[in-house]
Amino acid sequence: MSPAALPALNIGELQALLRRREVAPKMVIEALHDRITEVDGKIGAYLSFDFEAAIKEAEKADVNLPLGGIPIALKDIISVARQPCTCGSKILANYKAIYDATVVKKLRAAGAIPFGKMNMDEFAMGSSTENSSMQLTHNPWDLSRVPGGSSGGSAAAVAADQAIAALGTDTGGSIRQPAALSGVVGLKPTYGRVSRFGLTAFASSLDQVGPLTKTVRDNALIMTAIAGHDPEDTTCLDQPVPDYTANLERDLKGMRLGLPKEYMIEGIDAQVKAAVDGALMQLQSLGAEIVEVSLPHTDYSIAVYYILATAEASANLARFDGVRYGYRAENPIDLLDLYGRTRGEGFGPEVKRRIILGTYVLSSGYYDAYYLRAQKVRELIRQDFAKAFEKVDALVSPTSPVPAFKIGERTADPLQMYLADIFTNAGNLAGICGISIPCGFAKVDGKKLPIGLQLQGKALDEARIFQIAYAYEQSTEWHKEKPKA
Amino acid sequence: MSNASEIQVSYVAQLARLNLTAAETALFQKQLGDVLSYVEKLREIDVTHVEATAHAIPVFNVFREDEPRDCFTAEEALSNAPRQANNLFIVPKVVE
Repeated sequence: MSPAALPALNIGELQALLRRREVAPKMVIEALHDRITEVDGKIGAYLSFDFEAAIKEAEKADVNLPLGGIPIALKDIISVARQPCTCGSKILANYKAIYDATVVKKLRAAGAIPFGKMNMDEFAMGSSTENSSMQLTHNPWDLSRVPGGSSGGSAAAVAADQAIAALGTDTGGSIRQPAALSGVVGLKPTYGRVSRFGLTAFASSLDQVGPLTKTVRDNALIMTAIAGHDPEDTTCLDQPVPDYTANLERDLKGMRLGLPKEYMIEGIDAQVKAAVDGALMQLQSLGAEIVEVSLPHTDYSIAVYYILATAEASANLARFDGVRYGYRAENPIDLLDLYGRTRGEGFGPEVKRRIILGTYVLSSGYYDAYYLRAQKVRELIRQDFAKAFEKVDALVSPTSPVPAFKIGERTADPLQMYLADIFTNAGNLAGICGISIPCGFAKVDGKKLPIGLQLQGKALDEARIFQIAYAYEQSTEWHKEKPKA
Repeated sequence: MSNASEIQVSYVAQLARLNLTAAETALFQKQLGDVLSYVEKLREIDVTHVEATAHAIPVFNVFREDEPRDCFTAEEALSNAPRQANNLFIVPKVVE
């Protein structure tokens, strides 16, 4: 096989070549480097990569390990020792991590090679990657459109065959929504399933790390490597990790899938609705039963989310004060001046907006009315899902109500951008798992734009949503299509 | 819930130790007013008998033995410091 063909392979295909010694791990890194040089000028997915370090690791790689010799790109919010970790923010433009995140250690232990730090909305706040202080990322299917966000660099790189697979983070949809808009597979694991040690915190009761991949099997393979207990993260669940690839081939006979009636809103794009309806029929033909369920508090989830996520962010981002790391304003006259100007000059507009909103909802006199009330409605949302999962094995819906939108189309109105997460953020509030898989294309302005199908499962039920996703994927051709841009 | 127009962006920015320009303050005043009007919808729900959920999955205190472990050297810990000297972070004078 010619080296130029390697970046288009998925993990499974690459693994076979590596294990037969037809391809050396070093060749894969070199081929990816060539591919990045060729196309990333148009896409803008990579913020940095350390080619020399990756080549050195590739020379030592044990291809018989579960991810032996497989390069994996990382959203630039995940720490890799001695490499930049900008979080897409000017305030961390010159920051270099001094240790490996637990997920990076686990990837290395499984033989993988961390390669590349990917663009993102600043501190993971956004749904289009336009909030990056560094650069825009373009959707590989239509360069005038966003790749989704906040893990837009990770999604675009996998879609454009500039990465074999990637990790992202998902606080309200930031893995699933860009996966849908860019046409790849993205999993948000159950809250606590994957360690967050070494991840820059945004909203600590919601954040999770998860894989973005070309296939469902690749996703399950990475999850098997990165999930599991970590003494360094007190929220990380001490539960056994199954081999997520073990039961992928099981059929869907007797599987009950719930269709939340509250998700059938007017704002859904007609082509998205048609694709999801088609996917429902396909799932039925595979033996699944589709049942209507109700999640009565759906309409409140965005409001709850933006109170809780901004409150937590305002506390987490207090650490960026210009004292120990990151940007510092010049010639401060005193500490207050140092803090205020460092933060004012270092943070971008969306981060500032959220810090203000979060500080406000936690401030004296407003805490009960906003923060405490939102936490109570969060409990009602959690109960909605618990009741639904008594009746069904998983929930099925669109991932995003619309396909990729135009760059600049939604930036003027933050509230409109927040509504992009309407089908995903309740899953974070409830702590459950969810996956987005390709389920068709919309035709807009003569371009094909990917559409994502979301499957949500109850806490720690990743194996089941992988099984459903795999059965669907294997019975369709969507995941085999590649962008031409 | 309080009236959305009550948010005083300039005051909250002080609480957050975040200097804003006059243009940013005016823009956020309008935009956050819109967001707060949107979240007013949470008032529709009766939450009298609902317990607040901080984490979707029960989280407990986690303890470990207090034993010495490997840690960062001063050089590593200071490697990203904007200003440093003598193994210390340098900040503006705090005490007169």
